[in-house]
Amino acid sequence: MSSITTLKYTLQLADNVLIMGQRLAAWCGKGPVLEQDIALTNISLDQIGQARSLYQYAALIINNMPAADKAHLFNAPLLQEKINNQHTITEDDLAYLRDAWDFRNCLLVEQENGDWAYTVARSFFFDRFQYLLYAALQKSMDSTLAAIAEKSLKEVQYHIKWASEWVIRLGDGTAISKEKMQQALQARWEYTGELFAMNAIEQAAMQANIGVDVSSLQQAYQQQIEAIVNEASLQMPTAAWMQTGGKNGVHTEHLGYILAEMQYLQRAYPNMEW
Amino acid sequence: MSNENKEWPLWEVFIRSKAGLDHKHAGSLHAADAQMAIENARDVYTRRMEGISIWVVESKHIHASNPEEAAAFFDPAQDKIYRHPTFYNLPDELKHM
Repeated sequence: MSSITTLKYTLQLADNVLIMGQRLAAWCGKGPVLEQDIALTNISLDQIGQARSLYQYAALIINNMPAADKAHLFNAPLLQEKINNQHTITEDDLAYLRDAWDFRNCLLVEQENGDWAYTVARSFFFDRFQYLLYAALQKSMDSTLAAIAEKSLKEVQYHIKWASEWVIRLGDGTAISKEKMQQALQARWEYTGELFAMNAIEQAAMQANIGVDVSSLQQAYQQQIEAIVNEASLQMPTAAWMQTGGKNGVHTEHLGYILAEMQYLQRAYPNMEW
Repeated sequence: MSNENKEWPLWEVFIRSKAGLDHKHAGSLHAADAQMAIENARDVYTRRMEGISIWVVESKHIHASNPEEAAAFFDPAQDKIYRHPTFYNLPDELKHM
């Protein structure tokens, strides 16, 4: 099995949780009430913690690769130069020194926070997927990925609970909250198709028995989403067209802004520490 | 008045630590209902492994003794040291008392 496949697959998993965590972190200090502000920050930190475990593993793989194999891993010149100069790569290098076209996160997680309903809708769609993904990933032949999945699963169970309860609360609330929740579900639904469309990395990882066949998760996903949407007395959202691209490095305009803010300090002051 | 109605009610939170036998008052928070209060308490008060069990009760259901009556309420117990079980001679066989 090629370690490049494991590396790229691990990075894709990491990018999803890093960008999602970064998005939610923007609520810190701005939540509608203090308690929910803390709840979102907790979830954000869970996700960034998962990203750290995955990036650490990815860095380890890179550092153990023969020089010839890693001569052209990334488009970002800053990071590739560092690798070519035989520097030891860290989790931070992977988070801060790659450019948008190196990121393989799905489009869903990079979408804007919008209002509370939009934030809830995005988490609702993403967390449900993460749960099914990690549950399956526990059986990965790669023992590190399996262990990270097992540890993360407990965290995601709470994330699901948080998001689902807000969907129900708002859907079952006032006429205005119902309308806003419905609108947000409808607006974000078109980004869910991509979660189940296997890209080349996922195909290769699945064939190597380290990755999950995400296309097989779609039916369970649909059913679980529908159950909550019904309980919230909302309408199941529809989409004539599903957006794709993020998993192949083709992102919406939002990712550039996220990275600009997230990476600014390390780019301006390399190796800066607290 | 209208502002008051927009606020979620206040809840008191009690946490039982892993080693503890009783739930201890941890603080208070706002939540729309009991379910949300428990989850908010989880996020606000158990982030650092403080507990394994949570009780919440709406603050309005707590009835407290009147601080102005404290003197009449508590001071009379001060000179009644015989209420402490320290005047018994324990048999030697009895340990762990």
